[in-house]
Amino acid sequence: MKIAIASGKGGTGKSTVAANLACVLSRSREVALVDCDVEEPNLRLFFPAPAEDVPVTTPVPEIDPDRCTLCGECGKFCRFGALAVLKDRVLVFPELCHSCGGCVLVCREGAVREVRRAVGKVACSSPLPRLVLISGILDEGEVQAPAVVRSAKALAGGHPLVLYDAAPGIACPVITTLEGSDVCVLVTESTPFGLHDLRLAAEVAEGVGIPAGVVINRSDGEDRATIAFCRERGLPVLMTIPFSREIAAVQNRGGLICRDLPRWEERFAGLFAGIARIAEMDS
Amino acid sequence: MIRLAVASGKGGTGKTMVTAALADLSGVPQVLADCDVDAANLEFLFSPRRLTTTEFRGLATARIDLERCHDCGICADRCRFEAFVRRDDAWTVDALHCEGCGLCTYVCPMGAVRMEPRISGEIYTSTTDRGVLVHARLFPGSGNSGLLVTEVKKRALKLASGADLLIADGPPGIGCPLIATVGDMDAVLIVTEPGISALHDLRRLVTVCRRFNVQIFVVINRFDLADEFCTRIEDYCAEEGIPTTGKIPFDPEVVAAVRSGRPATRIDSPAAKALRALRDNLFIELGLS
Repeated sequence: MKIAIASGKGGTGKSTVAANLACVLSRSREVALVDCDVEEPNLRLFFPAPAEDVPVTTPVPEIDPDRCTLCGECGKFCRFGALAVLKDRVLVFPELCHSCGGCVLVCREGAVREVRRAVGKVACSSPLPRLVLISGILDEGEVQAPAVVRSAKALAGGHPLVLYDAAPGIACPVITTLEGSDVCVLVTESTPFGLHDLRLAAEVAEGVGIPAGVVINRSDGEDRATIAFCRERGLPVLMTIPFSREIAAVQNRGGLICRDLPRWEERFAGLFAGIARIAEMDS
Repeated sequence: MIRLAVASGKGGTGKTMVTAALADLSGVPQVLADCDVDAANLEFLFSPRRLTTTEFRGLATARIDLERCHDCGICADRCRFEAFVRRDDAWTVDALHCEGCGLCTYVCPMGAVRMEPRISGEIYTSTTDRGVLVHARLFPGSGNSGLLVTEVKKRALKLASGADLLIADGPPGIGCPLIATVGDMDAVLIVTEPGISALHDLRRLVTVCRRFNVQIFVVINRFDLADEFCTRIEDYCAEEGIPTTGKIPFDPEVVAAVRSGRPATRIDSPAAKALRALRDNLFIELGLS
């Protein structure tokens, strides 16, 4: 089973849910936890362990000036502005390149070839006996987050139970994470911002065709609007985590509430049971 | 004019709350831009009146003309984004996967693939009692969020000619939309909180911001929730030569203000007091006061 943990709004507690769920599950079975929030990969902070790095590269064009006739075809083809053909040379802006390979194809002189360019890495570690952590890490200043997400997901291929921790938002990196998942857990907080962004995230899960459930985090008891929304959309509320300074303190120092506070191990086991029910109903 | 972006790296640290507070207190002619187009929330605090709505066209999407298609599959073969899928015994385009590169139009021997504009969202100009607000909505599942940020900023900058301040509420992360937000700005205010994740993300964000010609400032939200990390953040900022321009206490009144659809500065509370001090410190640094 592949479980994606997502949210529209940032900072609602995706990583908290992912890290605790993975920790609890790893006590009884093999789990792969994949950090797909490659812009801010924080899961490794909760599971410090020596990691092995696999570089993530994307193909970008390189121009052979001896063959190039400055005809301009490559620059005309590229819709991303990654190639500018000047009077005496071709400028390549690799950070704008989407790696479609079009420039190689349209060059009649064979003057364009592709070279690999690093945009990030995937760090793999085994922080707990039955837990593999696979963290996608985008290099600072790079924009090709989806390429790093894909590499991280690929390295988890074959694991029977995989958790994906998605980036906030509703754009490309999130879609890349959700694709191929069996269930989506949407983590929200019970504020107007949280509800608005939950609505968007639920639309994304629906668009990709994945059944979803909701976790309400940092609840101060004012959850009526969120619960009403979930009921209206047929989204089961799988778990409610109250706001408490104690929980915040554990998280702020990189701890896990399932390990450091009583009763949370059972609650996260219960969350998994709820997720499994959604997957079962869908299949 | 000063162009100020509010960013955070980690999500949920309070960017929108701080942006709204600064906008509420600024007292100078200003334009507001919500550059967190994935999850645009600034409008909920200023009850804006919408003046204009414009379609946002992202990059084009491939479309197959089945009358011309001879089913050779070259498009699917050559597309690196797996955007061509079989459906009902014919090739079709999966818009979620199409990057808009146009390679398929080049390789199709039948000329059966065309690129068509895709409407990926909407851009709005609204009025508020604290200045004009430019905001947007990205349609769920659309790509091009960086492009949409660029459009929002372009419009806001145009409207801001004659104003003293442009405040942009930025997205979380350090990727495409954040880079689109920070480019061309004079200053970035980073909202962080005392925790291991926020500190990690703060460092990554500072690394990215250093590539641009921007002044960097930090404000620590909910600073009293973890003293040890608060000190670590202040030490890090001192090392980096980044001014800590404010420290806001944890305060339930902040959530209460959000629930009532108002900036936190409209309720008298410890957080509001700290936000006023932030505004004063920051405006002195920016030469605005």
